[in-house]
Amino acid sequence: MHVASWFQKCIEILIFYDFQEELVVRPLHSGDIYASFQFRTLWETDFMRGNKVSHYRLFPKSLGQVISKFSVRELHISFTQGYWRTMQWGQPYLPSPPGAELWVWFQDSVTDVDATWKELTNVLSGIFCASLNFIDSTNTVQPSASFKPLGIGNVTDHRFLRYATLPREIVCTENLTPWKKLLPCGSKAGLAVLLKSEKLFHSSFHSQAVHIRPVCQDWQCKTTSWELRQTLNVVFDLHNSGQGKREWSLFKMFSRTLTEACPLASSSKIYIDITDNPEGEQFELSPATSLLSQAMVLGDRRTFSVYDLTQQDTFGSVRSLNLLIRWKSTEGDMLRPLLHAERYVAGYGLQTGEIHTLMYNHHPYRSFPVLLLDSVPWYLRLYIHTLTVTSKGKDNKPSYIHYQPSKDRVRPHLLEMLVQLPPNSVTEVTVQFERALLKWTEYTPDPNHGFYVGSSVISSLVPSTVAMDTNSTRERPLFSSFFPCKEESSYFVRVYTEPLLVNLPTPDFSMPYNVICLTCTVVAVGYGSLYNLLTRSFQIEEPSPGLAKRIANVIRKMRGVPPL
Amino acid sequence: MATTEVERRRGQLAALSIAAVVIIVGVPLWWRTTETYRAWLPVSQIKELAKLQLQLSADVEVVFARGTVTPEQQKKVPLTQTQEEERAIDEDTALRYRYETRYRTATIMEEDALNQPSAAEADLSLHTLSESPCGSLVVYVIPESSSLLPEDVNVYIGQRRTALLRIGPQMRVGKTLEQLLAHLEPRIKQVLQVMSFSHNDITAALSDRVRFSPDNKESIADSMRAFKSSPGYEITFSLLNPDPKSHRLHWDIEGAVQTYIQPLLTKLSPVANFSIDSQTLYYTMLGVNPRFDTSRSAYTLNADSLAHVINPVEARLGSNAASSNPVLNFLLYVPDAQHSPLYIQGRKKQEVPSNAFHSPRWGGIMVYNVNGFYGSEPEFPVDINIDMAKVMGVFLAQLRLLLGVQSSTPPPGFLVARCGSTGLADWELDRLMWSRSVENVATATTTITSLAQLLDQIGNIVINDNIAQQVSSAVTSLQLAVAELEAGNLGFALQYSKEAILASEKAFFDPSLLHLLYFPDDQKFAIYIPLFLPMCVPILLSLLKIVSEARQRRREKQAKKD
Repeated sequence: MHVASWFQKCIEILIFYDFQEELVVRPLHSGDIYASFQFRTLWETDFMRGNKVSHYRLFPKSLGQVISKFSVRELHISFTQGYWRTMQWGQPYLPSPPGAELWVWFQDSVTDVDATWKELTNVLSGIFCASLNFIDSTNTVQPSASFKPLGIGNVTDHRFLRYATLPREIVCTENLTPWKKLLPCGSKAGLAVLLKSEKLFHSSFHSQAVHIRPVCQDWQCKTTSWELRQTLNVVFDLHNSGQGKREWSLFKMFSRTLTEACPLASSSKIYIDITDNPEGEQFELSPATSLLSQAMVLGDRRTFSVYDLTQQDTFGSVRSLNLLIRWKSTEGDMLRPLLHAERYVAGYGLQTGEIHTLMYNHHPYRSFPVLLLDSVPWYLRLYIHTLTVTSKGKDNKPSYIHYQPSKDRVRPHLLEMLVQLPPNSVTEVTVQFERALLKWTEYTPDPNHGFYVGSSVISSLVPSTVAMDTNSTRERPLFSSFFPCKEESSYFVRVYTEPLLVNLPTPDFSMPYNVICLTCTVVAVGYGSLYNLLTRSFQIEEPSPGLAKRIANVIRKMRGVPPL
Repeated sequence: MATTEVERRRGQLAALSIAAVVIIVGVPLWWRTTETYRAWLPVSQIKELAKLQLQLSADVEVVFARGTVTPEQQKKVPLTQTQEEERAIDEDTALRYRYETRYRTATIMEEDALNQPSAAEADLSLHTLSESPCGSLVVYVIPESSSLLPEDVNVYIGQRRTALLRIGPQMRVGKTLEQLLAHLEPRIKQVLQVMSFSHNDITAALSDRVRFSPDNKESIADSMRAFKSSPGYEITFSLLNPDPKSHRLHWDIEGAVQTYIQPLLTKLSPVANFSIDSQTLYYTMLGVNPRFDTSRSAYTLNADSLAHVINPVEARLGSNAASSNPVLNFLLYVPDAQHSPLYIQGRKKQEVPSNAFHSPRWGGIMVYNVNGFYGSEPEFPVDINIDMAKVMGVFLAQLRLLLGVQSSTPPPGFLVARCGSTGLADWELDRLMWSRSVENVATATTTITSLAQLLDQIGNIVINDNIAQQVSSAVTSLQLAVAELEAGNLGFALQYSKEAILASEKAFFDPSLLHLLYFPDDQKFAIYIPLFLPMCVPILLSLLKIVSEARQRRREKQAKKD
């Protein structure tokens, strides 16, 4: 009887909770190496009714409390150090802009979204040890089309959406530690043992993210559950940490090897992208594995070698797994990413300037629409009448423009456009701006460094070269299943441009005191002479006697003779 | 000569008028423009509260059962006595206890109830007859021959607000009523001290205001163990599984909370709001390595090392993101297979039967050994169902301690009824409410007075209207709470004292108070001097000159007259 009840419990746990971990390694053509961790926790619970759920097992309590207290429907937060070089590295599995990015969909039961958002950012800043508390109305926007819910639910009223970026945010160990704490196994077992901060932050690109959303448990969507995805993407630099040799191993990258899977994980796998290396002419992989898997990622059919950590024989006789990639040739070229974008500031002087955004469509014959989102702080006053969109030297009229002008010290500019990118072309969006003068307390601590303007976001359905897999029920690796895929012929891509660094006219900060002193002195001098003129009475005075006469008088006084 | 005199007078007049303009226009202008906004605060009322004179009133009803008073005495009986007792705690705080005792004889229904076979049943049926309000007591005086109480028990304290008191053997019928009352009085007081408040509890509750003298250490220890009064508490149950490879633990925390914890919390809801959550943490180790005891073939944790257990665990527990109420942590630790079984050893090397300990104002930890589940040939991971009744029994006892429900040992001759399914008797709740209200009043008064002091000392702090409003509402609630305590309305007193504490904390921690710009006096002078020095010096000098001239002229006039 006991055994039966235990068995039942086990089934229950299997249904209610699920944890998966996964690492994808993609050798890049530049010789760098891209490692992407994904940890997924599923928690089946009825969240939409708003009843208070308070018993947590695999799902971290702190995030669960945040979801239930602030009635969050979806939460996406990322911390990134470095900029993803799309042209060298291709598309990332999960894109993120430099700095911190936070976007949240609230449930439609929230009445005061702004107050909830403010409180939520404060709580999250405590949880992740980040400066998210600097998110306020001046850097929060409500995009109307660019950020749609990624989970289930049809609420698309953007009143319940808030989006903010902090491009200046520096990401370091103190953000990684709380992130690791959210994992059920912590950094004690499974793939998370590789996450040593001294190696992770010694890299060209580091991005960690938390995505919470409601998902369907099965294809009929009878039951729903919360999905918590924790992702960590890192690009190790060849020259920086490879000591010049084109050779990579888990130990070299993370200074650790793997010995076990997280015992709580239902699946724990390592994928190595070997698509460009079918015969082993590019690099050599050891230990070899016979397990191969194919997956549709970013519009392409990729082949992966799979290491299943839940199988004991993966670890071999030494009971530890140290994957080794040894490059053989430096040749080979990468499939150019179809969509890619750049941005820069043009102009001279400290009064006006121009923001240029370039969007490249590398598809040889297909044109496709993209959604461009720009959120510009209020102190760059955009002249929206100067907005031009040109492709191939011709004016390209956007089919949809949503523009919300800024209010000084209250809200930023929001510009959203739907632009059709012609095949094999560059589309340039330019807009002029004027730099505002800030009050002297509004300057950041290092104002001469410049002011950051967050990345533009380009979201698009890009035509894919192969038919995409829209069957959502099939077990797919985590890295290929984040963005829901609805069409066979295209896939969703989000591209972030560089953040901008703009100089604003910066005063000398000792100036107020100098001004006070100078004006006071001028006033005092003027006042003094006026005062003298008004109050002094002028009279002619006898010139005072000379020195000789005075001495003579002193002597005469001593002698008792009347003075001269 | 005359022209120079006229000229001089004109100069003097000009200087005087400039001085007048500066004083009449300049100074008020400067004053108004540099003034900080400071809303009006009820300072005099706050000063009154700084001198706290608390009066606690308890209503006691003493009911004589048949056979305890003679018919002649019975005629005199419906009478009321008031006793007061005054205690000064320190120069600013004084306490006065007021017991209002009403004597009456039992009604027929009550007599029937008292004829029940056992004390517990009598208690129950007396409760159904009438419900006494919060903070009051009913003491039934029963004859010596009554069979309700066992031989050696003189006082029975029920689950509600009633007590049964057996009349002493020396009080045979025939003595006067005065003698009877004099005999009863000290005993009733003893009952009161157990069931509503004792001086020790109240002084412990005043610990925020009053520095302790070392003579009542025990009550300090008691009050240090319990959490400070707060309008809400978060209770977190954590299951620590350091070895998920060997143990697959299942605990039915939802059910256990519903069955064991929720009744107590429902009962305690007038005192505070509670929220419960639970979590499971994996790979969390205790901070100390248990020692292997070969004689028992078990691992042991010494009482001395328990202090080091909590810190590393706490880093994993996570703070409460959703509220700022204090958190009570209850940890169930299942030792890993290599360090199993694990026992906690007391100071005298004896085994602790519950295998649990608590940390004052933090929570409790229980070690739950599972090696009994292994069987002869364990195949890891082992599935283990945790016996929640055993666990919750321990946690419930710890929870009572940490919330300040005192289970002090009753005086000899007292029998305290076992608390029922709720885990808390009515009079225990009353006791808690008495000390909580006094504690809230003490905390709120200290907060308000120190805020008033701070605002008084630092003149640069801006006092906004909302702060003034919070302060006034805190003061009003405090006055109401004190008045309700005086009137003996315990429920209202606690309610007002909670409001007072909320408002006072809100005022004290308002961020706008921190907006005091860093503007020290030397910098102020550095800004004022370039303007004020060159402007004021000539004015002052010419004023001095005018004064000295005027004085001289008067002297000359005097000399002329003479």
